[in-house]
Amino acid sequence: MPRKLIIDGKEIEAEDNLTLLQACEQAGAEIPRFCYHERLSVAGNCRMCLVEWVGAPKLQASCSLQVKDIFPNKDGTPAKINTNSPAVKKGREGVMEFLLINHPLDCPICDQGGECDLQDQAMGYGRAAFHRFAENKRAVADVDMGPLIKTVMTRCIKCTRCVRFATEVAGVPELGATGRGEDVEITTYLEQAFGSELSGNIVDLCPVGALTSKPYAFHGRPWELKHTESIDICDAQGCNTRIDTRGRSVMRILPRLNEGINEEWLHDKGRHIGDGLGRQRLDKPYVRKNGKLVPSSWADAFAAIAARVKATEPDRMAAIVGDLAAAEEIKALKDLMIRLGVVHLDCRQDGAKISGPRPAYLFNTTITGVDAADALLLIGCNPRWEAPVLNARLRKAWLNGGLKVANLGVPVDLTYPVEQLGTSVEVLNALADGSHPFAEVLRNAKRPMLILGNGALARRDGAVVLERAARIARETGMIGPAGTPADGGWIGFNILHTAASRVAALDLGFVPGQNPDGTGGRDVAGIIDGAQKGEIDFIYLLGADELPLENIGRPFMVYQGSHGDVGANYADVILPGAAFTEKDGLFVNFEGRVQEAERAVFPPGEAKEDWAILRALSDVLGEALPYDTLADLRAALVAELPHYGRIGEVPLWQGADPAVWNSLGADGVFETDVPIGQAISDYYLTNPIARASRVMAECSRVLLCGGDQKVAAE
Amino acid sequence: MSVRRLHEEQPESFAFSEANLARVEAWIAKFPTGRQASAVISALWIGQEQEGWVTKPMIEEVARLLDMPTIRVLEVATFYTMFHLAPVGKHHVQVCTTTPCWLRGSDEIVKVCKTHISERPGTISEDGLFSWEEVECCGACVNAPVVQIGGDTFEDLTGDKAADIIEALRRGETPKTGSQIGRHSSEPEGGPSTLTKEVQS
Repeated sequence: MPRKLIIDGKEIEAEDNLTLLQACEQAGAEIPRFCYHERLSVAGNCRMCLVEWVGAPKLQASCSLQVKDIFPNKDGTPAKINTNSPAVKKGREGVMEFLLINHPLDCPICDQGGECDLQDQAMGYGRAAFHRFAENKRAVADVDMGPLIKTVMTRCIKCTRCVRFATEVAGVPELGATGRGEDVEITTYLEQAFGSELSGNIVDLCPVGALTSKPYAFHGRPWELKHTESIDICDAQGCNTRIDTRGRSVMRILPRLNEGINEEWLHDKGRHIGDGLGRQRLDKPYVRKNGKLVPSSWADAFAAIAARVKATEPDRMAAIVGDLAAAEEIKALKDLMIRLGVVHLDCRQDGAKISGPRPAYLFNTTITGVDAADALLLIGCNPRWEAPVLNARLRKAWLNGGLKVANLGVPVDLTYPVEQLGTSVEVLNALADGSHPFAEVLRNAKRPMLILGNGALARRDGAVVLERAARIARETGMIGPAGTPADGGWIGFNILHTAASRVAALDLGFVPGQNPDGTGGRDVAGIIDGAQKGEIDFIYLLGADELPLENIGRPFMVYQGSHGDVGANYADVILPGAAFTEKDGLFVNFEGRVQEAERAVFPPGEAKEDWAILRALSDVLGEALPYDTLADLRAALVAELPHYGRIGEVPLWQGADPAVWNSLGADGVFETDVPIGQAISDYYLTNPIARASRVMAECSRVLLCGGDQKVAAE
Repeated sequence: MSVRRLHEEQPESFAFSEANLARVEAWIAKFPTGRQASAVISALWIGQEQEGWVTKPMIEEVARLLDMPTIRVLEVATFYTMFHLAPVGKHHVQVCTTTPCWLRGSDEIVKVCKTHISERPGTISEDGLFSWEEVECCGACVNAPVVQIGGDTFEDLTGDKAADIIEALRRGETPKTGSQIGRHSSEPEGGPSTLTKEVQS
């Protein structure tokens, strides 16, 4: 029931589930705060948000006072709240004075300087040039929190945002506040590294410079940085990011608010791969001569490719799209390959057996839809590693709505309780025919969902897994009416991709085509097998680095990409491309949401934007692509796929087409002796940029392999 | 009060004795299912009774027993000064130095502790029997100054009387607890001064 309040003389109606702080903000008042955070529980320990409730004997901490607890005056008039009266001003000045008693005056050497809540609020709400304490400030020993978080605990004001984040959002309760009173210290148990994939977020949450980014330490000042809006490409969730650059280098990557995708969180890989963008870069074309890669010109590199293409039958050529490609270059490569008559195309480096129309390979429930789910079956996926921010969302659904989760696959700690169903694929049969106890849970759930991961789809019998999963979805009521959960619609069938390029590549049909004789083209396994047998002579790799190329034989390989990783090692011609920060590109996340990443810096050396490389190459091959600018290419893309024109929009569930859902995958028998595996073996090293990053290597060593941290100068 | 950290030297392991484990389980049973963490203070207290101080393996065992993160148990153990994070003597002397006791001469008692036990609080005496510390109010201000040893309080002390008690304990005797000047409970010194006779109404 809404309540009337008079805030700063303005009468408003506030819902009684709000806190007074939220009501004040609704009335347009600005309330300073340190400990209060919208997405964390209320602690009420910084006292900065004091307001005056006229008639109450003391100032009130507005963050922890509920609107429903504010009773009207005796004469029935609404309660009066002042947020800028002299009493409030004095109270806040007092609080600020207390906070600053023990806060060091080291702003000039503090990385938070310039974007520090304490600095800003001391200017706004503190007393100018006024101090009356001559005592020494408290000194606190620093805590080692791992390779990503630098601590200067003397600066800590004990807001406990980091402790609450670790416990509530990340679900890794390893941070705590020990001691009491002045001696409170934020620490991990026995100084272990903070083992969460979301650990970097506590740096953003820290209102002072106590927790700062270790890789970014002393590298830059916020006012020197240029901000560019971008999209994270480390997983397929498409977290919104902001890339901060100075000159030609990416200094740091921060999350950007998007309620529908990542709220305001970002996972550690997406946040800290920045240093990988400057290492192992391909900055000029190379051509292999006498078994050695030698630098060359673009013209020579193109000529070498053209000579080979002319000499090769289309049936002996293949192209593979990697995990980080943007939609534009996938379309350009597809168009070029079609013109050359190549049918051996694939984008599924991991061999995932995905097929069917669009809803059959999307995360249909959508990320916000997860909040409404009440039962979840995970099949061969580890969301904590494959999409850490989504995992936090699943955890939120468990916290708020009691989501029941079962995991068929490798048992992992997902930060919420999970019923482990083992690693045998045969359990899928039991779930499909309803004889498994968890099938009962799914049937009884109002909004059941399943997430099918690459650990199950990338098996040789992945198509059978897909068929069984679709059957489970049909049998347990996951495929409901059209619309969003709020409108009564529901769809619980989800594929969790791990590659940022995958949905765009599938949308564009970068899968094996049809030979003129009607037989199907080769998929990734077929291409590699063909190359080993000498049936494939030419392979075009667009940033494809996750392939087993050890025994590839001797096909002519072109590698177009940004980093000297696996693909470039085996290449005969290397075309230096742009990393995701260096080009305008469209990325489609696993929900099917099209998002635009903007160019933050220019590619290094002679490297070019990838679509432009393909456009130039097509000219040399005599098959010029019909677009000369990025705008033309995007127009062609939108003409082919109209929803690519609706940036940021999530596809709305259109309702089930039985013909689609009954024909997904292939019926068959399982390879029962092979357990369901994991799609990712090392969270920190899943793509060429991460493998080039020292920070990621250090994380992998310390956090996953249990190695000691390096001390002193490295 | 100062920063409270775990002691540098820690024992290898900790296990509740059978009787104490039963007591901890009785405490867990007092709380609703899923709220077993509420028994953390009791569990640590029982552990301290058993070992004399709170050890790192004890914190980990309590965390395991109550199914809660280790850091949460550490937070509790470091918050309450009644938990000793370092070894104490067989007799741990807690000298109240809060205002009423201080006004009534607790400085004398501190001096005695320094000479009879050890120069610095928190260190064990040479014979290994004693340790001492200053504490905040023991809740017996009416009989100030006060010293608490184990579960007993010794009240109305002077320096000499405190020394006698320490030496008696050292000899293995059991000194009289409560007021040391013969008054009953917290009655006035020298007998009642009011309500001396029953008044007929």
